[in-house]
Amino acid sequence: MVLARTEVTKSVRGSAARLGLMAGPAVFFAVFFAYPVVAIVGRGLEIDGVWQFGRIGEVLSRPDILRVLWFTTWQALASTALTLLIALPGAYVFARFDFPGKRLLRAVVTVPFVLPTVVVGTAFLALLGRGGLLDELWGVRLDTTVWAILLAHVFFNYAVVVRTVGGLWSQLDPRQEEAARVLGAGRFAAWRRVTLPALGPAVAAGALMVFLFTFTSFGVVQILGGPTFSTVEVEIYRQTAQLLDLSTAAVLTLVQFAAVGAVLAVHAWTIRRRETALKLVDPAQTARRPRGPGQWALLGGVLATILLLVLAPLAVLVERSLDGPGGYGFDHYRALTAMDASGGAFLVPPIDAVWNSLRYALVATAIALVVGGLAAAALTRKAGRLLRGFDALLMLPLGVSAVTVGFGFLITLDKPPLDLRASWILVPLAQALVGVPFVVRMMLPVLRAVDGRLREAAAVLGASPLRVWREVDLPLVRRALLIAAGFAFAISLGEFGATVFIARPDNPTLPVAVARLLGRPGELNYGQAMALSTILMVVCAVALLVLERIRTDRSSGEF
Amino acid sequence: MSTTKKITVTALAAALGVTTLAACGGESKDSSASDGGSKPKTVTLVSHDSFAASASVLKEFTKETGYTVKVLKSGDAGAALNKEILTKGSPQGDVFFGVDNTLLSRALDNGLFTPYEAKGLGQVNDEAQLDKDKHRVTPVDTGDICVNYDKKYFADKKLAPPQSFDDLAKPAYKNLLVTENVATSSPGLGFLLGSVGKYGEDGWQDYWKKLKENGVKVVDGWEQAYNEEFSGSAGGKKAKADRPLVVSYASSPPAEVLFSKPQPTEAPTGVATGTCFRQTEFAGLLKGAKNEAGGKALLDFLVSRKFQEDMPLNMFVNPVIKDAKLPEVFTKFGAVAVKPQTVAPDTIAKNREQWVQSWSSLVLK
Repeated sequence: MVLARTEVTKSVRGSAARLGLMAGPAVFFAVFFAYPVVAIVGRGLEIDGVWQFGRIGEVLSRPDILRVLWFTTWQALASTALTLLIALPGAYVFARFDFPGKRLLRAVVTVPFVLPTVVVGTAFLALLGRGGLLDELWGVRLDTTVWAILLAHVFFNYAVVVRTVGGLWSQLDPRQEEAARVLGAGRFAAWRRVTLPALGPAVAAGALMVFLFTFTSFGVVQILGGPTFSTVEVEIYRQTAQLLDLSTAAVLTLVQFAAVGAVLAVHAWTIRRRETALKLVDPAQTARRPRGPGQWALLGGVLATILLLVLAPLAVLVERSLDGPGGYGFDHYRALTAMDASGGAFLVPPIDAVWNSLRYALVATAIALVVGGLAAAALTRKAGRLLRGFDALLMLPLGVSAVTVGFGFLITLDKPPLDLRASWILVPLAQALVGVPFVVRMMLPVLRAVDGRLREAAAVLGASPLRVWREVDLPLVRRALLIAAGFAFAISLGEFGATVFIARPDNPTLPVAVARLLGRPGELNYGQAMALSTILMVVCAVALLVLERIRTDRSSGEF
Repeated sequence: MSTTKKITVTALAAALGVTTLAACGGESKDSSASDGGSKPKTVTLVSHDSFAASASVLKEFTKETGYTVKVLKSGDAGAALNKEILTKGSPQGDVFFGVDNTLLSRALDNGLFTPYEAKGLGQVNDEAQLDKDKHRVTPVDTGDICVNYDKKYFADKKLAPPQSFDDLAKPAYKNLLVTENVATSSPGLGFLLGSVGKYGEDGWQDYWKKLKENGVKVVDGWEQAYNEEFSGSAGGKKAKADRPLVVSYASSPPAEVLFSKPQPTEAPTGVATGTCFRQTEFAGLLKGAKNEAGGKALLDFLVSRKFQEDMPLNMFVNPVIKDAKLPEVFTKFGAVAVKPQTVAPDTIAKNREQWVQSWSSLVLK
């Protein structure tokens, strides 16, 4: 009797605690995501108090809209497949091999992911377009073809796969696979039976993210595809910002919601089937120098891919930033510290954008970690249907266009106490919205993989839930937490879509400053844009590199 | 237990930190409004991303009127206007600047502005005053969208650069022109409207068929067209661009000079002066403005000599007041459009969508 009663109390207390954990993120998403998005969609579909659901059918039967939907879907599928194909060997190499410069390289491959597309498109054209590397070597030009879009998507998302899949892969105990081989399984069979199922959720998560990003691709498609290719995201922007056809935009937003929802449902299903407690180990123990010609060849192949696909476009940026009127030099960089000669594009020297960006990104990271951390903690334990729904809901911001959120902010956050339209906090809030899903995605697989018996054992021994979290979960997730923080930080640094709507002229962020400089003619402006992009690139690389350091220093003593 | 406490304290501190920061943000915003009974000291100007003014000139305004100008850049011209339409009645600022003649009707039909006749309006050129009787908007600047050419290319080829719309369709200029998507770019739309002005509502489609046969290239935005495809710009040279003709502005050549170091004695680019479409930009006092008096003072200021003469080197547009002195770099390197094309705002409003659609299926498909 006594025992039973304690159990009941405990489970009640458990779900109360979980509700408490969920409350913060739920309020955050309700106020800064759901409310604005619902309001702007409602504005489009509700006319004079009557819901115009007929509009959905009307819009979806337009041939131009159908063409956009079809292109959006197939290019996203193709981009995802191509990214997995090219990046999975990379994930393996980063997880299992030790080689000089590995940390630096891992930080560098992440840089494209956070660079504004305006800049990347420019760099990419220099490689694939007229007079580019391919053109000079083989006379091949890819700039108005769909190949340019696909390759640029690989360039952007390479790191997503390397980090989500590689992160988990490096923590899988290789001895499990070795054991299978000792028991007679072939190399491939052992990998397929042991490693692949364990990696499944991470691969699915990585693929899901790549799909979401490419499905909602905006800048890449606009710049590299020319005006002939258009995605749903581009169309929503056009309908909202240019034509003010809110009802068409609302229908397209709903379609995007439905598509993203379907992807998330598939994702949840695969996770449920594959989810098992994994035995995680210190990544330092799993990586070793490559052995044998096969492994060296694999390493060489991956490095060559990175060189061609990731480093070359970045190098073009650096080259252009140094290419001044009197030959190579730092003229454009020096120009950044001066006020505009005419007082023009900015009210501050462009270099100030660096500090603005860093400040915003720090606040955004803090918000994303608190909100995402609480959400991940709430979602850790075996979840009911309600909680799984909540899980999916947290991913939605990745699939909703920045212009929808931005315009939603505008018409909802306009009354005290939430008249935030002119407040700087809006920028980090919008950035955190995109950061939270990353924090949740990166922490959740690791949190869930923690053997529940460890927690139970700790609880039986008298530890409070907080203590259990501190002693059991935290040491195991610290690495994931830091990677998530790094990602959130870097994304905030490079975020453009939402920021451009709300950043104020006296404190532009780096990507906004780059876009403004590119928007004016003249050599100095162009050179400064390239110099600022290079700075953004270096700042991101340094931030990511610092995180790699902290992680190893701390975790080495704990395992 | 002590570790638990530490965690709790850290978590609380983090949460508080975020809230405090949020509070700071709110405070800085409120400081303008919470001035008690005295008149508000800030006047907020909402504009597009291209707005720019010298700090000294804005300070001058503060000295004269006591108001500090806060500028809120709100995206490109179309997006900025649409945001104002969405927030009608609860505007983000007091004055909106940057609605041009291609979008004017949309703004007026939505009733965004409180009429106000700016002091000094008598000095403003008549042809810029498109809302003359009602004074809902005040003209502030004009700019010409024209084809620019790469001087070096045409000198090397010993070919005369094109001068008119007709020239662009001639075989001598085959595969040389790059323009912008009219659906996503305002110079692109301006160039289309220029052709409508030139060839009429019935003739522009034939002209574009010829342009297409003559190898016109279309890219999405001005940045790509100018920096990546146009061989005469600084960016284009680095990108090994191969199109010596681009749809840009009459003021682009002075900008090429001004933003080069050392400044060349001659602009690297020129303007085909017979290919221009005239854009006029307006400002208006937003309905529901919190600081109406400040907004009126700001409108007066926008057509004052001080602001008008400061504008060219900041936004690369032309003043609208009579006898405004232009900076030397403008008179020396700029070009004057020959009979720039115009289309009435009402006609544009009525046909814009349909023109854009037929242009798209004609040129892009």
